[in-house]
Amino acid sequence: MSDTLSKLEKRTAYTLVLPAVLLVFAIVLFPIFANVWISFKDIELKDIRIPEPRAKKIVKPISENQSELKIIYKLRNSSLIQEIRNVQFQDKFPTNVSPINLDPRCNFQSKKVVCNFGNWQAKFRENFEITIQNNNGEIIDKKIIKSQKPILSGKADNPLLTTNFTLENFKKVFYENNFIELLLTTFYFTFFGTVGAIIFGILAAQLVNQKIQGRTYMRGILLFPYVGPVVALAYTWTLLLDPNSGTLNELLVNFNIIEQPINLLGQKYITMSILGFEFKLRLALTTVIFFEIWRYFPLAFLFILARLQAIPQSLYEAADVDGASPIQKFIHITLPQIITIISILFMIRFIWNFNKFEDIFLLTGGASGTRTLPINVYQQGFAVSDIGTGSAVSIVIVMLLLSFMVIYFRLIGKRANEV
Amino acid sequence: MKFKSLSIFLIISSFFLTCILSIWKIMATLQGLSFNNLNITTIFLIGILLSLAFVLIGNKINHLIKIFLLSFIFSILYFYLNEASPYWYIFGTFLITLFFTNKLKKYSMQSLKEDFISEKIIFDFITLFGIVFFAFVILFPFYIMLITSFKTQIALLVNPLDFSLDFTNSLTDLFKSYFVIFETYNFGRYILISSAVSIGTVIVTLLFAIPAAYAVARLNFFGKNFLSTSILIIYMFPAIVLVIPLYTVFSQLGLRNSIFGLLIVYTATTLPVAIYMLQGYFKSIPKEIEDAGIMDGQNWFGIILKIIIPLSLPAITSVALYVFMIAWNEFLFSLMFLDSPKSFTLSRAIQYLSGDAETPRQYLMAGSVIVTVPVLLIFIYFEKYLVSGLTAGSVKE
Repeated sequence: MSDTLSKLEKRTAYTLVLPAVLLVFAIVLFPIFANVWISFKDIELKDIRIPEPRAKKIVKPISENQSELKIIYKLRNSSLIQEIRNVQFQDKFPTNVSPINLDPRCNFQSKKVVCNFGNWQAKFRENFEITIQNNNGEIIDKKIIKSQKPILSGKADNPLLTTNFTLENFKKVFYENNFIELLLTTFYFTFFGTVGAIIFGILAAQLVNQKIQGRTYMRGILLFPYVGPVVALAYTWTLLLDPNSGTLNELLVNFNIIEQPINLLGQKYITMSILGFEFKLRLALTTVIFFEIWRYFPLAFLFILARLQAIPQSLYEAADVDGASPIQKFIHITLPQIITIISILFMIRFIWNFNKFEDIFLLTGGASGTRTLPINVYQQGFAVSDIGTGSAVSIVIVMLLLSFMVIYFRLIGKRANEV
Repeated sequence: MKFKSLSIFLIISSFFLTCILSIWKIMATLQGLSFNNLNITTIFLIGILLSLAFVLIGNKINHLIKIFLLSFIFSILYFYLNEASPYWYIFGTFLITLFFTNKLKKYSMQSLKEDFISEKIIFDFITLFGIVFFAFVILFPFYIMLITSFKTQIALLVNPLDFSLDFTNSLTDLFKSYFVIFETYNFGRYILISSAVSIGTVIVTLLFAIPAAYAVARLNFFGKNFLSTSILIIYMFPAIVLVIPLYTVFSQLGLRNSIFGLLIVYTATTLPVAIYMLQGYFKSIPKEIEDAGIMDGQNWFGIILKIIIPLSLPAITSVALYVFMIAWNEFLFSLMFLDSPKSFTLSRAIQYLSGDAETPRQYLMAGSVIVTVPVLLIFIYFEKYLVSGLTAGSVKE
């Protein structure tokens, strides 16, 4: 009895889970594996369509005599790199119309011209002509002839499924385009974006956790940058920071804080001198990192606040009795309570920032030293339209991510054992 | 000791006053007043005098009278030391000073002798400063976005710092950018597409996620643990690595430039988090209620439909809102998959607008306001649900 029940339970469970699992598998997991395949192929954006035989029909009168017409079919192979095998052609004509001097590859049967063109090489082109006449010598309506579209068919390999592989893509990724700088930029962006967001998150949570008026409103307002659409926010920032009459630059110039507008998003380096030491700051990258912090500190804030509110008030009261200072209270009571959530947040934000595409793309498009790995996927795949290389970059990202996750689970596992 | 805490108090409080007055001055500048100097030193010095006067007077006169008197003197002093400014600006300064002196209430010569008073002073004012700072930094871009959308090209060129609104003209002039983007750039259509995609994503995601979450939460089957851990790992995988294969496959299947294709992708990418959030809630429903349902002869679908869904409406609402916001805000896939203006979503349409350097910025900002306002309204109205959704969705606590 219980056996049949558990069988029923299993069957139900699979029915319930399967649709979701299949969908996620098709859209999320399959592409990750497909990347591996594509990254070993020499393929460009324009090659991804399956080659098709195409024909453009042009109808011309031959002479004064409108009972005869010449039809030119401009035939071509849509692909520049692949052949199409066994191309079949078919076109239909009205009653009483028949072709004269038909091409030997074709024959005319029951109002249809059917041709067998054999194999077409890549880039194949031909102007194929048929002359038709009306059997009764009447005028043929050009429009009717023209409105009838020829049907073509042929066999071609899917360029994604052929089995010629190459290592070129990975060579390009590692040896061209300054891979080391790309990696460093990605890590700068990820690390400082994450740490900054967490620090501001702690500050904001600490503020909102006190007994102040309008605390709930404050929490709501602090989350605005996180819930707002990235497109709108990024363009607003671009407008704010614009060197030509952007609000920030105008304000700074107006109050004589700077003399010249600074192109915060378009300048790669800025030289700063602090205490006599001159050093170069990655200006555009720093600005993008600030945007990132601005947009994502609310998330850190939310989690840390939730944790802070769960700390029993009695701990602080006891500390007050012992005469602890605010700083001591923060270091010895608050910090140990939020350190777990901070480490989890750090890892999660680190992974998310590592994959961040939209923010940088919308602010700088990857120019002025803000090219990170995800931006590179887009640039290779769609700007240079070399999707093989783009996939190879994706593979690099996935490998790095997997190693982060392994490290993360090791660390968290250890922490869990300690506690 | 007392001198040290007194000087810290004076400096910190005056610093705070300087900050809020500077922000006030910046906001006034954006209303078209032409200030060219923040006068930080002046404000700082008279701020110190103000705080000193405050603690010296102490309890000798009534608090209310004291703060009014001090703020009044401060405003007059400030007015004399500054450039000529209109009355509303002075009045604002007076109110801010009033707020500031009121915050000083708990400090007196006596309280400055307490233990750790300097740390407490620093903490107090950092809190105040932090709240003003965060509110300013967060709201300022939204403010600029909103006001820019009401300005005209010429007004923005003449004085880029003048963000005052001219209400003397008709409303049609004020909302001109909005009329233009609806009439010329077809934003009505994009709003419809965005809404259709987002609402569709919510419905389909819930259809798939509720049964799956129920199975994960309640039923025993082979591979359950694997499934629940892989849900989280899949959630971590970024959209950017999915883009190229999906692009190629969608091109071959003709799913690019179609709302249906976008819907599938959004659903699949939000499913893991939806399942994760829902199963957590389903587990908290007492099993006895379901047993009663089984006794009544309900099958699994009946149980989900008649017991689980009604009981977990709050969780379902928060998942629905969360998914809606993700779909509405999504940009990467709409950038990759949509290149015909006929099928643009709002985000993609705005990006397309910005691609043309000729597009005036107020149109761009009007579009941004249109895409932002629904999300913010939903967020403000359903904040409780969304906050619980956000916290449950991202990290396991």
